[in-house]
Amino acid sequence: MPLLMEKAKPVFLAATVTCLVGGITSYSTTAEAALKKPKLEVQIHYLRMMPKVRPVLSNLMPDPKNSGQAGAELGIKDNNTTGRFTGQHYQLNSQHFTSEEAFLAAVDQVINPDALILVDAPSHLLAKADSRAKDQGALLFNVGNSDDSLRTSQCLNNTLHTYPSRAMKTDALAQWLATRRFSDWLLIQGPEAEDKAYADALKRSAKRFGSKIVLEKQWSFDTDLRRTAQKELPLFTQGPDYDVVLVADEAGDFGHYVPYNTWLPRPVAGTQGLTPTAWNKVVEQWGAAQLQSRFEKQHQRHMNDRDYAAWAAIRSISEAILQNKQQAGEQHKALPMKQFLIGDKFHLAAFKGHKLTYRNWNGQLRQPIPLVQPTSLVSQSPQAGYLHPVTELDTLGFDQQESQCQLHKS
Amino acid sequence: MFKKSLLHTALNTRRIKSLLMGSLLGSALLTAPAFADLAYVSNEKDNTLSVIDLNTLEVKETIEVGQRPRGIIFSKDYSKLYICASDDDTVQIMDVATGEIIDTLPSGEDPEQFSLAPNDRHLYIANEDDALVTIVDTKDSTVLAQIDVGVEPEGMAVSPNGKIAVNTSETTSMLHWIDTETYELYDNTQVDQRPRHVEFNKDGSLLWASSEIGGTVVVIDTSNREILKKLNFEIKGIHPDRIQPVGVKLTDDGQYAFVALGPANHVAVVDAKNYEVVDYLLVGRRVWHMDFSADQSKLLTTNGISGDVSVIDINKMKVIKSIKVGRYPWGVAVLPADKISSAQAER
Repeated sequence: MPLLMEKAKPVFLAATVTCLVGGITSYSTTAEAALKKPKLEVQIHYLRMMPKVRPVLSNLMPDPKNSGQAGAELGIKDNNTTGRFTGQHYQLNSQHFTSEEAFLAAVDQVINPDALILVDAPSHLLAKADSRAKDQGALLFNVGNSDDSLRTSQCLNNTLHTYPSRAMKTDALAQWLATRRFSDWLLIQGPEAEDKAYADALKRSAKRFGSKIVLEKQWSFDTDLRRTAQKELPLFTQGPDYDVVLVADEAGDFGHYVPYNTWLPRPVAGTQGLTPTAWNKVVEQWGAAQLQSRFEKQHQRHMNDRDYAAWAAIRSISEAILQNKQQAGEQHKALPMKQFLIGDKFHLAAFKGHKLTYRNWNGQLRQPIPLVQPTSLVSQSPQAGYLHPVTELDTLGFDQQESQCQLHKS
Repeated sequence: MFKKSLLHTALNTRRIKSLLMGSLLGSALLTAPAFADLAYVSNEKDNTLSVIDLNTLEVKETIEVGQRPRGIIFSKDYSKLYICASDDDTVQIMDVATGEIIDTLPSGEDPEQFSLAPNDRHLYIANEDDALVTIVDTKDSTVLAQIDVGVEPEGMAVSPNGKIAVNTSETTSMLHWIDTETYELYDNTQVDQRPRHVEFNKDGSLLWASSEIGGTVVVIDTSNREILKKLNFEIKGIHPDRIQPVGVKLTDDGQYAFVALGPANHVAVVDAKNYEVVDYLLVGRRVWHMDFSADQSKLLTTNGISGDVSVIDINKMKVIKSIKVGRYPWGVAVLPADKISSAQAER
């Protein structure tokens, strides 16, 4: 067999402090012949501030405790399968917090020079982590915060966002509603701050895609809707004619009871009903069924949007290390990695039918947004016909001229 | 086949009708001087194969097979058809003459694509969910080896001299080169994102590999695994992100390469000598895999979303017909007219 090992292979990664020359573990014998490469150990941290759980009317489907972390774990597994051939090994250090003090203590402890950290936390904590990342020269990935201000005014210069913004989600929905000509909306908004943020995003999207909010209502009922939805909601949704009811209820308190109980026989969309989301069990096109089945095998549950964002962040790190050929030996360091990820050479295959890239002004991962209902995919935005000079994916969320962020100049 | 299907009358009147049509066509063929080539198409979401007569360009038969049939390949003498029944975690063996499933092979989980070695015995199977390539001896149904590869192995090809097998892993974005004597990897080639398909040229000196998300096809010198050329595609009016190369077929005379471009709904015609794209042919929606008629005058493409097969006349370089088949046609393999047994023709 004259073919074996003829070619002298270039050493793919120059030795650095974190580079363990000679490899650590042996993998299966079949692969070994092709695997004599120096090994790069990459440590990734995952920090999650657990959201306060509010009592909701129905807790039929509580959010899994390891939302996000489970996706990160699958990403690590995928990276390591690839790393066997390319000479990297990835490790995950996951931590969850219920107190802000403990979260910030961990931020101080893990955000060191060249550290790579996935963060799922409220904006004020994420901003603190970003400021430390700036001082230390580290790179953060926001894997669970959809706050629009983080993409427009409160710019984080050492953070990339793999989780979509609210605006991306509501734009995805509004495009589809416009395509279907469901242009008169009844908007029901819950009492919480995040419900207002979602409603604000919906209002912006309505304006952007030519829909009209014909009636806006605040949800303030404190009755138990499991018994009385049938009586309360038809009255509550009386008003001028509308094509669709939009619900802003992020915690899932009352929104689940709106479908089929509206005064007019109309579809329901938003945080309940037809929902725009980064990821859901019903996504199976573009090879997604394979990602879903790998996840379900590892975690015995369905993959959700937080899992997907964490998976995409971990995969971005691995792909940046592999794709960045110009900066040999530096690819795994935080700042070269940040520059490469927001540059025009990087792209990520992520089961959405498009190659995914990062917006270089605010670090948001561009991505198609599936529109789902519990057991089927209804559509995926951007909708055909919404054009953009750069990429159709930039018809979702805040475009460069609508944002003050200048990550690429930082 | 016909009798068996009658048992399902209540459920399946539509299929029975097509079978009746098929048997009429079949008896007409008996009196014809020569049989036509038959194209077998796997319908991923119907659990069937559609059989197309390449003279009349009509579906003459629909055969029920295992769950989620994808890759299909004939044995070298065309007496057997191997079918990846992905959701049954098995490779089925169909007796081509009778259309009956006669056996199954251990395939590992979720077999998707495979390739039959020139020795007509060893099947190289990509196990999508397990990051494995499984090698099965079809004569005694034994697993010869399982080889660890990257995440989501997909494309599979064995070189014409039988010495090399190449597998693509979609998420790892690599080609894995397998020595078929030792069943060990001896090299890996990094390519653009999501490599889907590999195809050797006739003498095995070159390997063509498509990258779906990268949007490229590379041509590799198999002696030193160096990339000789990277092809890009551009179609007016179609966004570059929708150009997603999947299937690749090369003519035996070395003149053309055809590249199926997925959701771009086109097949690229490439001059295989100078690697220039010479034409783009509009076919059905989400075009994936292809095969030639026996004389290589026609090329058939499977179009998943439109549920049809486009027929390209290679001399005219035109699409001459689209043929409705089952839901989500995936693979296609052509049975040459001179290999059709009389038993099959009488069916």
